[in-house]
Amino acid sequence: MSRKIGDVILDLQNISLRFGGVKALTDISFNIREHEVRAIIGPNGAGKSSMLNVINGVYHPQDGKIFYRGVERKKMEPHMAASTGIARTFQNIALFKGMSVLDNIMTGRTLKMKSNMLLQALWLGPAQKEEIAHRRKVEEIIDFLEIQHIRKTPVGRLPYGLQKRVDLGRALAMEPQILLLDEPMAGMNVEEKQDMCRFILDVNDQFGTTIVLIEHDMGVVMDISDRVVVLDYGKKIGDGLPDEVRSSPEVIKAYLGAGH
Amino acid sequence: MPTQVNFDSLDGLHTFPRLLFHHAKVRPNAPAMREKYLGIWQTWTWSDVAERVRALACGLASLGFKRGDNLAIVGDNRPHLYMMMSAAQCLGGVPVPLYQDAVAAEMLFVLQDAGVRFAIVEDQEQVDKLLEIKDQLPSLEHIIYDDPRGMRHYNQPFLHDVHELMEMGRIHDRNHSDFLNDEVEKGHFDDVSVMLYTSGTTGKPKGVCQTHAAFIAAAQGGAQVDKLGAEGDILSYLPMAWVGDHLFSFAQSLVCGFTINCPESGETVMTDLREIGPTYYFAPPRVFESLLTSVQIRMEDAGPLKQRLFHHFMAVAKRCGGDILDGKPVSGGDRFQYWLGNLLIYGPLRNVLGMSRIRVAYTAGAAIGPELFSFYRSIGINLKQLYGQTETCAYVCLQPDGQVKSDTVGAPAPGVEIKIADNGEVLVKGAMLLKEYYKRPDATAESINADGYFLTGDAGFLDEDGHLKIIDRAKDVGKLSNGAMFAPNYIENKLKFYPFVKEAVCFGHDRDMVCAFINIDVGAVGNWAERRNIAYSGYTDLAGKAQVLEMIKSCIEEVNAALAHDAMVADSQVHRFLVLHKELDPDDDELTRTRKVRRNFIAEKYKVLIDALYGGKGKQYIETEVKFEDGRRGKVSADLAIIDVKTFPIAKKAA
Repeated sequence: MSRKIGDVILDLQNISLRFGGVKALTDISFNIREHEVRAIIGPNGAGKSSMLNVINGVYHPQDGKIFYRGVERKKMEPHMAASTGIARTFQNIALFKGMSVLDNIMTGRTLKMKSNMLLQALWLGPAQKEEIAHRRKVEEIIDFLEIQHIRKTPVGRLPYGLQKRVDLGRALAMEPQILLLDEPMAGMNVEEKQDMCRFILDVNDQFGTTIVLIEHDMGVVMDISDRVVVLDYGKKIGDGLPDEVRSSPEVIKAYLGAGH
Repeated sequence: MPTQVNFDSLDGLHTFPRLLFHHAKVRPNAPAMREKYLGIWQTWTWSDVAERVRALACGLASLGFKRGDNLAIVGDNRPHLYMMMSAAQCLGGVPVPLYQDAVAAEMLFVLQDAGVRFAIVEDQEQVDKLLEIKDQLPSLEHIIYDDPRGMRHYNQPFLHDVHELMEMGRIHDRNHSDFLNDEVEKGHFDDVSVMLYTSGTTGKPKGVCQTHAAFIAAAQGGAQVDKLGAEGDILSYLPMAWVGDHLFSFAQSLVCGFTINCPESGETVMTDLREIGPTYYFAPPRVFESLLTSVQIRMEDAGPLKQRLFHHFMAVAKRCGGDILDGKPVSGGDRFQYWLGNLLIYGPLRNVLGMSRIRVAYTAGAAIGPELFSFYRSIGINLKQLYGQTETCAYVCLQPDGQVKSDTVGAPAPGVEIKIADNGEVLVKGAMLLKEYYKRPDATAESINADGYFLTGDAGFLDEDGHLKIIDRAKDVGKLSNGAMFAPNYIENKLKFYPFVKEAVCFGHDRDMVCAFINIDVGAVGNWAERRNIAYSGYTDLAGKAQVLEMIKSCIEEVNAALAHDAMVADSQVHRFLVLHKELDPDDDELTRTRKVRRNFIAEKYKVLIDALYGGKGKQYIETEVKFEDGRRGKVSADLAIIDVKTFPIAKKAA
């Protein structure tokens, strides 16, 4: 792969997150570089999804600092994360089941629409022009993800693997700088996984999007990520290139149990 | 072989490039091609296409493409791939389309055989395939790709974006403005215009070389029969390597000047079909079958009023629809009912199927069930059959309007001569015959006889109206002991048109009567049994039920009744049959992977059963070893009942 990995875009320093007395994350530091594919792995309950939620502002860590493009980030809400260019997909698909694929992806453009609601409702002048421009962008995503044949199909009628793809499309519609993917391959068969891997790599390659990925399938993680951070019980136990992580004794212990 | 076509009427337009530039001159702004891009149909006019073809051809020339070179084309139906076909022809080269879903190793033989130096492919997937085998293709010099997606990191110097090629061509064209016109002028109608490889079910694939003259003759003949003009649309979705697509999309479009429409992707064909509403349509029988099934399924979910309307008017259509289409006399009452039905049911139905504007639809490639065939005709879609092979530009017989019969493939097309050989084989002659098999003079000599007839390998006969009826592959046709012709496939196909019959194997060569093995269709028969409260545990159990045997028997009797009307095959009525205790399976070597029955293997494996059929027994015990999908082996045994079927006296031996 010949992408140029750039400077640190997101720097997390000494993050700790507690829910009452439960420590979800303890003193975790790592960074994410521009244009890289960064995987977060770990056994169940290790704090991976909490970490993503910290990154996009759903949870607010009690301790620690987050620097986004070198600027310290204050407490913020998820929609602010979205407008600064962070998009995500969800472990449990979060789409409008009764709406078509096209409309679902269109919702990803909402933040980018500038005309007011009344004009949009009446589909007048500038709103019409704006929608056509957004529609073109959405069609490019549909083309990119090869889902032309289900453009007009309600999402609820699609198989799981395709719904995941639409979820990715909705996140892509925001034209994010950082894309957070929460288990994009969970519950997929081998072929669907291969497709998804290809799309993730294509997104990273063609749009230069930085990707943060949570995934359980080790084969996938080792294949597509540039760097991997490993969590266990809310602590960081490994960080580095896939091969380094794979051979780290602590990681092996966390995954396979002691004695291996 | 020499071609004898009347080219005076063509004003010198006797090669495809000349036709293309002619259209660009006389109808520059008419649509030539459409493709859906980002959800919107984009149109190229004839002058756009001509400009691009010019640029592509000059681009190829500046890469060193020369007269006589072969250009491999791999990909879905895309405008640029069709344009590249024309571009190669402009330079006196030969396009060689390949099946796009073949794996690299399968393409290797064709690419080596054709000595390909240039290839145009659709996308990264196809580029990867070619790169995989490039080591074994020393002759391959340049690969051009249409879709740049994912190609950013490919920096091999021999890879070119199609737009880059066009730019090179435009510069070349500016510097040598007479070059291309001269090249087109040099083209002769007896030059090879395209090379299509036969699928190679028997041995290695062979490259069939067809001349401009042959394809133009075939396209003109078809256009003449169906009165095709420049107004019209066709959806081009069948593989470009297939002769049918080359005739309908490429050759006829250039001869008549109608519009080619390329679907967005393989999966969107049905939607695109509705949006385009083609006037001219071509599909193999299985496409028509799946369309009908989807209609039936959706009808079952409809409300009771709609269902009643549908069934009432479908009965009307069945009674008189076909006759109305054929222009035969129909009573006033029926006409009124049909008019009403057209308003309420047939019109909307055609619209849903994307067939509102269809003037002519064709099917070919396999036998089509009479029910299926007449369904489409009865709702006002002019569905017809044709017959031909790669070697004859898919142009031998066409069903003329008003003379459509479900069991023949139509009358010889204009300019085609048909002769039936002594062994029943169909021989054809005409301008559309192949020039030769590429680098295979032996095969060419074998397939064309001394009188210039091509040996099709199909057995058939001409009926009383002079329509050709194909019954079987010539090598499968045998004789009953009384000397009458025995065509197993013909009878088996007739049996398989019943939804309850999944597979049938007929025996009769050198015997005094025809007997059959039947495989029931578990889905259809199971459904049938459930509705009658017949309990069963599995295939073997269901196949042995007396009611099921009785039902199959009535199906076979209907087939016998139909056979009795046909002098040529009347002796082949099925006298006795049994329903096999297991499904024929490719895992047990009883079927080929493409699900064709391996007659001889089955005959040997179930010799006991055949002996019982011909020995007059009423029952036979059999035990068979089967392989399960996970590799385990097991045994299936049953006591099979052998049933005598009513046969019918031969209706008219006179013919």
